[in-house]
This record gives sequence, structure tokens and C-alpha cells, in this order.
Amino acid sequence: MFEPLTWVLVGLSLAAMVYAIVLAALNKRINWTLLAVLGVIEVGLLAQLVIGIVQLAGTSRDVSSPFFIGYLIGSLIILPIGALWALAESSRWGAGALAVACLVIPVVELRLYEIWTA
Amino acid sequence: MTDPVETQHDPEATRHGPGRILIAVYGVFALAATARAGVQIATKFSEAPIAYVLSAVAAIIYCAATFALAKATKVSRRVATAAIAVELIGVLAIGAFSYAAPDDFPDATVWSHFGQGYGFVPVVLPVLGLLWLRRTR
Repeated sequence: MFEPLTWVLVGLSLAAMVYAIVLAALNKRINWTLLAVLGVIEVGLLAQLVIGIVQLAGTSRDVSSPFFIGYLIGSLIILPIGALWALAESSRWGAGALAVACLVIPVVELRLYEIWTA
Repeated sequence: MTDPVETQHDPEATRHGPGRILIAVYGVFALAATARAGVQIATKFSEAPIAYVLSAVAAIIYCAATFALAKATKVSRRVATAAIAVELIGVLAIGAFSYAAPDDFPDATVWSHFGQGYGFVPVVLPVLGLLWLRRTR
């Protein structure tokens, strides 16, 4: 797996989470800026999936492929569902719920890193 | 428009306000538990059948609780209450049992050691869930 991309995704997701928490604290709904950042993260996750599968096919090391591919695919559905869930809420709690979704991405990326380097 | 959180006897209130975050966390656990149980059962069921069946049961309960809380009707609130009550009993029982008889749990489930592997969120979540259902009654 492509390590720099992993850390970029972790950083961007944490930044998006902080921004979502700030929006919630200011009693605001999520906005296009946040959604655009999530879009960039989603593209990065997609790239991670492709790179991960290619590298998994090429490695001779003992990587747990069901879990590795499971996390790669699972990571793609978190933000879209989180964004839809947040958009359907008219209060600040929508942004709060999206912050939860943002926090999941770093956790998934760290798990992927653990599985890859195990 | 009235604030849904303050409205009494409105089942919809369950999925609004702080409930939005609660359901988001439930959704994460539903997804994580389902994926985990699926992979465990598909790839290495014979290694720890009891633990993996319990993983699957936990996954079903998380999914039921998530959808029932999100649907937020009178009936679905009852389903959510039942699912979350079972979840609380499950995490307490499996948590205690995994300390008492670690040999029966060669591989972790979501509920082993009161959800230690998940930052103890599994033991806090059902308590918050039941409190939230009570508050939005």
C-alpha cells in the first residue's frame, strides 16, 4: 500500500472532522466546503483501493487479504452515507454526525496499515 | 416549527438532534461488526466457532438497532429498545465471561472484555441508547 497517501487521508479526515465539529459548535449545517473536502478524501480512498489491490496481488508477504480488501471496500461507503445522513438533518447535529463518519476514516486507514505491515 | 427534540410523544424525535450522532455511531458498529463477522465466518470459522457466532449475533443486533432508531416510528422504537436491551445484556455477559473463561474466546468479538478493542464504546453505547430512547419517549 502507498504509505504517503495513507497519512494524507488520515490528516485530511481529521481536519474535516475538526471542521465538522466547529460547524456543529457554531450551530451551523454542513456546507459545500466540507462536502468538497470529503469528495477529495473519497477520491483518495478510491485510489487507495486500486493501489492496495494491485500491491496485494504483487506481494509475497503474508497479508490477510480478506480483511485488507474488506477494509479497503468498506472505507468507500462511510463518507457518502455519513454525508446523506447529515444533509437530512436540519440542526447542528447533522454536522456532529458527519464528524463521527470522518473519524472512522483514520481508524480504517490505521487498521489497513497494521494489516499491511503485520 | 417546533424543535423536534422538545416535542413530546413524537417518535420522529428519536432520529433528530443528538440522536443523529447516536445513530451514526450505531451505523459504524453495524457496518464494522457485520464485515468482521462475515470475514471471520467465511475464512476461519472452525478456529473459534463460538466467538464468531457471537460476532454474527452482535452484528445482527447492531443492524437492528441502527435501522430501528433511524426509522423512528412507534413500532421501530420498541424494536430498538429490545435490540439495545439485548445488546447491553450481551456486552455485559460476554464481557464478564471473556474475563472468566478466556480459553473459550481464542479470538476477539466486539463484546470481548467489555469492548476493550473498540475503546469500550460497545459498553457505553447501549446505555446511551436506552437513555436516549427514554428521553425521546
